[in-house]
Amino acid sequence: MSRIGVFVCHCGENISRTVDVERVAQAAARLPGVAYATDYKYMCSDPGQSLLKKAIAEHNLDGVVVAACSPRMHEKTFRKAAEATGLNPFVCEMANIREHCSWVHEDREEATAKAIDIVKLMAARVRRNRRLAAITVPVTKRALVIGGGIAGIQAALDIADAGHEVVLVEREPSIGGHMAQLSETFPTLDCSQCIMTPKMVDVANHPKITLHTYSEIEEVGGYIGNFQVTVRKKARSVDMAKCTGCGVCMAKCPQKKIPNAFDKDMGTRPAIYVPFPQAVPNTPVIDRENCTYFKSGKCGVCAKVCGPCAVDYTQQDELVTEQIGAIVVATGFDLYSIEPKPADSPIQGYGEFGYGTIPDVIDGMTFERLASASGPTGGKILRPSDGKEPKEVVFIQCVGSRAREKGISYCSKICCMYTAKHTMLYKHKVHDGQAYVFFMDARTPGKNYDEFWRRAIEEEEAVYIRGMVSRLYQKGDKVVVMGSDISVGIQVEIEADLVVLATAVQARKGADTLAQKLGISYDKYNFYSEAHAKLKPVECATAGIYLAGACQGPKDIPDTVSQASAAAAKVMTLFAKDQLEREPIVARVNERFCAACFACKKVCPYGAVEEKEIRDRQGNLIRVVASVNPGVCGGCGTCQATCPSKSVELDGYTDEQVMAMIEAL
Amino acid sequence: MHAAHKNHDFEPKIAAFVCTWCTYAGADLAGTSRMQYPPNVRVLKFPCTGRIDPVFILRAFQKGADGVLVSGCHPGDCHYMAGNFHARRRFAAFRQLLDFVGVDLNRLQFSWVSAAEGGKWVEVVTGLTERVRSMGPMREFKELELEEQWSGKVDTPELQEAYEAIS
Repeated sequence: MSRIGVFVCHCGENISRTVDVERVAQAAARLPGVAYATDYKYMCSDPGQSLLKKAIAEHNLDGVVVAACSPRMHEKTFRKAAEATGLNPFVCEMANIREHCSWVHEDREEATAKAIDIVKLMAARVRRNRRLAAITVPVTKRALVIGGGIAGIQAALDIADAGHEVVLVEREPSIGGHMAQLSETFPTLDCSQCIMTPKMVDVANHPKITLHTYSEIEEVGGYIGNFQVTVRKKARSVDMAKCTGCGVCMAKCPQKKIPNAFDKDMGTRPAIYVPFPQAVPNTPVIDRENCTYFKSGKCGVCAKVCGPCAVDYTQQDELVTEQIGAIVVATGFDLYSIEPKPADSPIQGYGEFGYGTIPDVIDGMTFERLASASGPTGGKILRPSDGKEPKEVVFIQCVGSRAREKGISYCSKICCMYTAKHTMLYKHKVHDGQAYVFFMDARTPGKNYDEFWRRAIEEEEAVYIRGMVSRLYQKGDKVVVMGSDISVGIQVEIEADLVVLATAVQARKGADTLAQKLGISYDKYNFYSEAHAKLKPVECATAGIYLAGACQGPKDIPDTVSQASAAAAKVMTLFAKDQLEREPIVARVNERFCAACFACKKVCPYGAVEEKEIRDRQGNLIRVVASVNPGVCGGCGTCQATCPSKSVELDGYTDEQVMAMIEAL
Repeated sequence: MHAAHKNHDFEPKIAAFVCTWCTYAGADLAGTSRMQYPPNVRVLKFPCTGRIDPVFILRAFQKGADGVLVSGCHPGDCHYMAGNFHARRRFAAFRQLLDFVGVDLNRLQFSWVSAAEGGKWVEVVTGLTERVRSMGPMREFKELELEEQWSGKVDTPELQEAYEAIS
């Protein structure tokens, strides 16, 4: 650029109070390559921008330096103005003489000298600026949602309702997740199944949603707008196309004594099963580990009784590759267990609670199944050991949560509310029963949440004891709870019939493995990290991947649904365009000089550097060089600083530009 | 601190290589908070500290800088995930090289200044300016370059010896 225009802004008095703007403009006019320089009261105002556009046309300028505020403030404004005159927007740069000069210095002489220097630096840079073309990449308008709990279902339905195709992948045989296991939900006590199952059916019936249940993510490649995702569809041993869901196979299966994980192992199920009666899809799965046919080759009853001949023992895992434009990760959570963990885990269980050996000490999810009308007890609260109705139930909050010594320092957020709910459900079913709650604090922020908690105490007569529990032990058919009440400073001992632990919400087992496949980051607890805690709460730092629900951190249902819809909205924003446009600050390889050491490939945090083969016309391999995929490149420039032969350059921050600035120091 | 330095006869020039996401924004914050610091620093913006080639630092010293500051996001906060880790490793090695060639390492500072740390930016810039001022101008590299440019020959005993060995 040899005809640069310099436009010095007064910013009202913000700059001109300490910087002699006229002198800056005069000095700028004498700089090499500068053809025109002027100053104006408000460059960003309409007349200011018109002045800039007019000067570009009149003086035939091919580069622009606006000496004004921070580029973080108005770079876009002025680049747009420059572009309107037909100039390439990337030859317009800002010299920051407000935040970095007039506002931080008082001496007019010194500030003016510094402002001139700043303009000099930027003018030297703009002389070497290149015209850059915005990069566009095509967008595949097809979303992948990983996880079929309430978060995944909500996101999938929202995106599909907007008219885009969705692929929903669920690890279990049915969608529904944890919410399908719940009895009633706070703060309105509506039945979870009643509000959940219609949504599950909507997913199954939606023409835009492809559902892969009993499937896992095998491999993820590509980048925003253009992911290739391989899904492993595990062998169901039942042909989904033929099965009518009549359930004869399950009724006739001779192997019926398998603990039902959906009911927290309280009930039993056959070897060919659906996890729960309202399962979607309503197609059974053969549990090959427990099936007599797969173990011994004998039996085969299900195949014989199946009318449509859907049972297929020879079925193999199937790999399906899907072309995807955006990914919503909604893999949910696991509950902490008080049993001892493997030695390499930082969490070592609760010895004082008997390491999970006392049968009438259960976790919150087990209580949900007991209270659920579709649960193993048909909704009666009966304790696991002898099936008796417990008359005194102790609830203990913060088991695992907020316990740094157990390796979990965070608050699980939902336990205060669901424990209050449990005391209510219990009181509704056992009228003469008494609920006690040991708690540290009651954290009930949320619409109608504190009212709900108060209702548990004031109307449902739950006794809240502020203090922790030091020991649980079996005494006859009772569980003795030894705790403290710190509000009055006494030791408390309760002989309970049942103890319910509000155990911590944890990241899913294997969350880290999935994150590595997706290339997204996670915190020390394996919860997935959002790009910005406040302003980008659903985006991952990796473009095109969004988060919904408890995989990002403990969350209740309203928050999960909100986040899922937010993630869906982000996906729709992405899909609103046919082409993705991005700032062309990307690395470019000079193939003539590249020595193929691939140091750049090693340091690239985005995996944007590929190995490119150069062949002659006969197809013989001449050599291999590095090549940057501009769609994946994030534009950090680490490759350029690393390259020993300087054959990779970051557009917009080339060595030439930087050196020109240093020369002008 | 601002009024105090007016009477000095030497005003050092400080080149600051900063990343756009953290330190540049931190310096902006110092501005919007109207904090005051010495006007000796010239800021060069990069996308990431990972982009900063050690050669830039050498060149800055050669071209008139008396002190150099390199500043980026705190470890773990890099906008590009790992750029500042690469920078940290690169500069740890580079410092040793500079020390070996005889550059006083007090002229060079590395720091982490986040977008929220306007105060820290002021502290770092003020500290480095004061320190470099007390050290006086950085002459070595500049003189070397002038010699190369104007003498037309580089005439060191080592080079002579080398020439003789060839002929």
